[in-house]
Amino acid sequence: MQDFAGTFAHSVGLILSGDAELWAVVLLSLKVSLLAVFASAVIGLPLGALLAVGRFRGRQAVIVLVNALMGLPPVVVGLSVYMILSNSGPLGVLQLLYTPTAMIIAQTILVAPIIAALTRELLEGLNNEYAEQLRSFGVSRMGVVATLLWDGRYGLSTALLAGFGRAIAEVGAVIIVGGNINHVTRVMTTTIALETSRGNLALAMALGVLLILLAIMVNASVAALGMSGRAAANV
Amino acid sequence: MSDRGAPLPVTVNDLTYRVGGQVLLDIPSLEISQAWPTMILGPNGAGKSLLLRLLHGLIAPTSGTIRFNGQMAGGAVGRRQAMVFQKPVLLRRTVAANVNYALKVHDVARAERKGRISALLEQGGLSDHAGQPARTLSGGEQQRLAIVRALASDPDVLFLDEPTSSLDPSASLAIEDLIARAARGGAKVIMITHDLGLAQRLAGDIVFLHHGRVCEQTRAPEFFAHPKSHEAQAYLASKLVL
Ligand SMILES: Nc1ncnc2c1ncn2[C@@H]1O[C@H](COP(=O)(O)OP(=O)(O)OP(=O)(O)O)[C@@H](O)[C@H]1O
Ligand SMILES: [Mg+2]
Repeated sequence: MQDFAGTFAHSVGLILSGDAELWAVVLLSLKVSLLAVFASAVIGLPLGALLAVGRFRGRQAVIVLVNALMGLPPVVVGLSVYMILSNSGPLGVLQLLYTPTAMIIAQTILVAPIIAALTRELLEGLNNEYAEQLRSFGVSRMGVVATLLWDGRYGLSTALLAGFGRAIAEVGAVIIVGGNINHVTRVMTTTIALETSRGNLALAMALGVLLILLAIMVNASVAALGMSGRAAANV
Repeated sequence: MSDRGAPLPVTVNDLTYRVGGQVLLDIPSLEISQAWPTMILGPNGAGKSLLLRLLHGLIAPTSGTIRFNGQMAGGAVGRRQAMVFQKPVLLRRTVAANVNYALKVHDVARAERKGRISALLEQGGLSDHAGQPARTLSGGEQQRLAIVRALASDPDVLFLDEPTSSLDPSASLAIEDLIARAARGGAKVIMITHDLGLAQRLAGDIVFLHHGRVCEQTRAPEFFAHPKSHEAQAYLASKLVL
């Protein structure tokens, strides 16, 4: 067992020296997770808004389903996406397995329900307050959705950040569908898992430090948004 | 008076509104004419706010019809109307943006909006608050904003649910003046109030509600001098004691 202080010093050295391998992994992580959050927002914001203002049959069932999907175990999502994308699976022809795209798909399945559920909850509260006034203005259904999304933007950004936090820290799904291939699908979490098992603790720890810093930044952004939101007396 | 064609009279027929088994409103017949501002009076819980929301088309009656000059309430008719709620609903935006929103949904061109916004804020005594988040305004300021925002669309019918309930005497007079001006400009004002002085000054006629029923509809001077119904007599007597 290497001594901890030595390993830590080495890992800080890796970060500060701009180690190419390390930063390639970090950049891929950011790229995959940001794209997954983007895709999840494209799906989750309208879906959440629809569930918040829509009055259709089966709405309650969809809400229960979306809430349940929030707690999906990542490895199960990984396995499902693996089976769908594998050569013998229904989408095997697309040849997406072991690509960053497969990882984005898996993370989107994990994050979209979170964003949809949080959006639904937030906008439903806002809609209860606004509904009659907007109807009095003669605003169309789409106009109502746009107004709610805009006036709920602080809370919604918090939902997006929560989704990003889940995506960037997730390992079970991306390791299955990405395969952890060097220079192709290796992201921060999967690299930590691999390098730790190989005994290359310095690289693992450097990535761990960066991951924690990212988590702190995400949480600080959430707090800052909350404050500016309240400062604008929006809540 | 008005050159936009009469949107009135309002004709109410066999109207009921029930929740659960409870009859909250029961109005066999009521006609409200274009001629003058109409005030709806009555004790707490009489059904005044419900009636206003029914007239504006925000809720549907359990049975019966409401027509504006023959057309059903709500829908296209509703778009030419505006309402100020008992509890003002302000958007999570600045004061100016709240007025801008109302102008925008009524298709006022962008170029025209800026001037209209400052004129309206001026009228509401809110010029100094243009950039302030609307929900940080004081209660009275919020009410004033809700009123000028309702006036922004230059409505045919203006529904007001106790618009002066939290205003100080001078703001109350200023708002009274705004309402009187809107009425002179051809808007039909249908207003709920507990301020009898205001009602006496502005009202053409009074609709008195009690327990979900219209007890009487009388010209204002007559109502205050000789209320016909027992309920209105009791209401006015207690008001005068207070
Ligand atoms: N959704 C509802 N379910 C049950 N009761 C209701 C509902 N909406 C209104 N009511 C009742 O109907 C009655 C009339 O309500 P409304 O708000 O019209 O009173 P109001 O005349 O405006 O009184 P106030 O002067 O206090 O504003 C009240 O007793 C109220 O509790
Ligand atoms: Mg009321």
